Amino acid sequence: MRKVLMGNHALSYGAKVSRAQVISAYPITPQTEVVELLSKMCASGELKAKFIKVESEHSAMAALIGASSVGVRTFTATSAQGLAHMHEMLHWAAGARTPVVMGNINRAFAPPWSVWTEQNDSLSQRDTGWMQIYAQNNQEVLDSVIQAYKVAESLDLPAMVILAAFVLSHTSETVEIPGQEKVDEFLPPYERKYKIDPDEPHAFGGLTDPDNYFELRYKIQKAMEEALEKWEEAGEEFESIFGRKYGLLETYKVSDAKSLIVSSSTIASTARNAVDRLREKGEKVGLLRIRVFRPFPAEKIRGILSSVGKAIVIDRNIGFGASGIFYQEIKAAMYNEEQKPPIFGVVTGLGGRDVSSKDIIEIYQDVIRREEPKSDIIWKGLKL
Amino acid sequence: MDAKTYDMGKIDIAWCPGCGNFSILKILKDALSELDIAPSELVMVCGIGQGAKAPHYFKANVFNGLHGRSLPPATAIKAVNQSLVVIAEGGDGDMYGEGGNHFLHAIRRNPDITHIVHNNMIYGLTKGQASPTSLEGFKTPVQPGGVILEPFNPLAVAISLGASFVSRAYSDDFEETKEIIKKAIKHKGYALVDLLHPCVTYNKLNDRKWFKENTYYLDDNYDPTDRNEAFKKAMEDEKLPLGVFYINKEKKPFEEQLPAYKKNKKPLYEREVDFEKMKVLIESKKS
Repeated sequence: MRKVLMGNHALSYGAKVSRAQVISAYPITPQTEVVELLSKMCASGELKAKFIKVESEHSAMAALIGASSVGVRTFTATSAQGLAHMHEMLHWAAGARTPVVMGNINRAFAPPWSVWTEQNDSLSQRDTGWMQIYAQNNQEVLDSVIQAYKVAESLDLPAMVILAAFVLSHTSETVEIPGQEKVDEFLPPYERKYKIDPDEPHAFGGLTDPDNYFELRYKIQKAMEEALEKWEEAGEEFESIFGRKYGLLETYKVSDAKSLIVSSSTIASTARNAVDRLREKGEKVGLLRIRVFRPFPAEKIRGILSSVGKAIVIDRNIGFGASGIFYQEIKAAMYNEEQKPPIFGVVTGLGGRDVSSKDIIEIYQDVIRREEPKSDIIWKGLKL
Repeated sequence: MDAKTYDMGKIDIAWCPGCGNFSILKILKDALSELDIAPSELVMVCGIGQGAKAPHYFKANVFNGLHGRSLPPATAIKAVNQSLVVIAEGGDGDMYGEGGNHFLHAIRRNPDITHIVHNNMIYGLTKGQASPTSLEGFKTPVQPGGVILEPFNPLAVAISLGASFVSRAYSDDFEETKEIIKKAIKHKGYALVDLLHPCVTYNKLNDRKWFKENTYYLDDNYDPTDRNEAFKKAMEDEKLPLGVFYINKEKKPFEEQLPAYKKNKKPLYEREVDFEKMKVLIESKKS
């Protein structure tokens, strides 16, 4: 069924067709519509799930960790301050190996208060042990929720599907809502191996001495490494059933490209347009979009970037005291390669400042004149 | 002092026409002007919500912090400079939901601050979900089957914890509410004003008519020092009493108990660091 959906409702439908069983959330701009629609679906019986209204995001995530520990499929959505407030529980969800799936609407942090898009909220949760998927349109938002359950439950890792505030959350697009039978074929019910079960009691989360703790962390890392393959497998299976193709990365006009623009989220879709316009002017430029950020597809990135002349990483985020965060990760991934391009890092669009295709063309034209990066940050669109 | 002293001039106020928050803004300005409190002496501390926007429309010192977290910075602001008048202001979701734990501990700590809670029984900023004070059965887009939880009773909680000043007011009653707020500001210690007001856009149940029909004022003979009576009044839910419910004169303000103020009443920021004294202290710990 095709429907005109805002990004927020694409998340709700994603959770619905995935048959989420327990949903818990606290309202925050710009996430509210996600849970309003889910709540309505629960009340009408359209979605057979329990909706737990809580007093804070910390409690929302705690409730889902509890529910997931019993072995049911769980969902929540939040944004910025809400995600930061969940932080303690994000570590818990990953450590407890509860495959909670959530939507996070990328919004800039306070102070000063902002409701507009920026990636620092999700990127500052980089090391919590959550998988992170950055979507570029509303169809991908919906499809990524379904795939997130598939991968998360196969490895007992939580997953975050991320979309840009307002640019996607409140923008409507035509979205194909997959039929329930097809989704059921792709996504079987969740079976948890170790769960809270009165017939087979276990204790969870107890004090673990240095003799045992280390290995549990190793296992999370191993699961993350395995997740790289799982995302690709899930992408292939998804394509065979639904006809839409997704991978860890997306490339556009890279085969003959001398330079690549590397970005994520909606800036990457704007960059695609910029690539087309630059190609019309004869520029050999392509695009690499990072879709799955955790686990980080370093090997795939190396395979694509090692043969190009220049890489331009565009970040709508900043690691204060260092540089753009995607830039840091990509540079680190390339460091041990013998053949590697100079990598330029651009920070732009913070606090939701608009980044147009014209801006990206200017970024490209500026970088292409430079021999090598003289600093770790090229600022674009900064008004001083 | 003229109430216009607190005006911000021509600014865009982001409340709906008819919102109870407009009355609260006016009442608060009148109360402060009658108490002759200069904007420079006043600190408004808020979090997030429609109610928490009120300090944005005030010419005063403003600290806009996190959702639910205005009481801890308000407590600290007063603790470092007792010459300031400190008001923590926000809504029912901000103060009783996300910030519920701070509400309990502010009462226990008893800082000399005024806590004004715009209570419209709904989340206005996120466009109409049930708040901790929404009535049972109240329907919203997130509670389409109606609220199933018992509403939070801030007055009963405050009185049970022995809060030093507990009151409830209603935004449309200008004179009465102004007097309650003046008493709360003058009170030495933590003072709660649970300020009922209509949300004309999202709360169609608790509208102006509902508040008129479902509230009444405590009579002149009412004794606010009687804790049991205050608790009984706070538990009334058929018609909500308005006025000063409880004053606990036994409870000492937090600042008075701080060692830093035992011998010297000067605010911390005005004091010089006594390095000699500090040196002696550090040396004494070395042995």
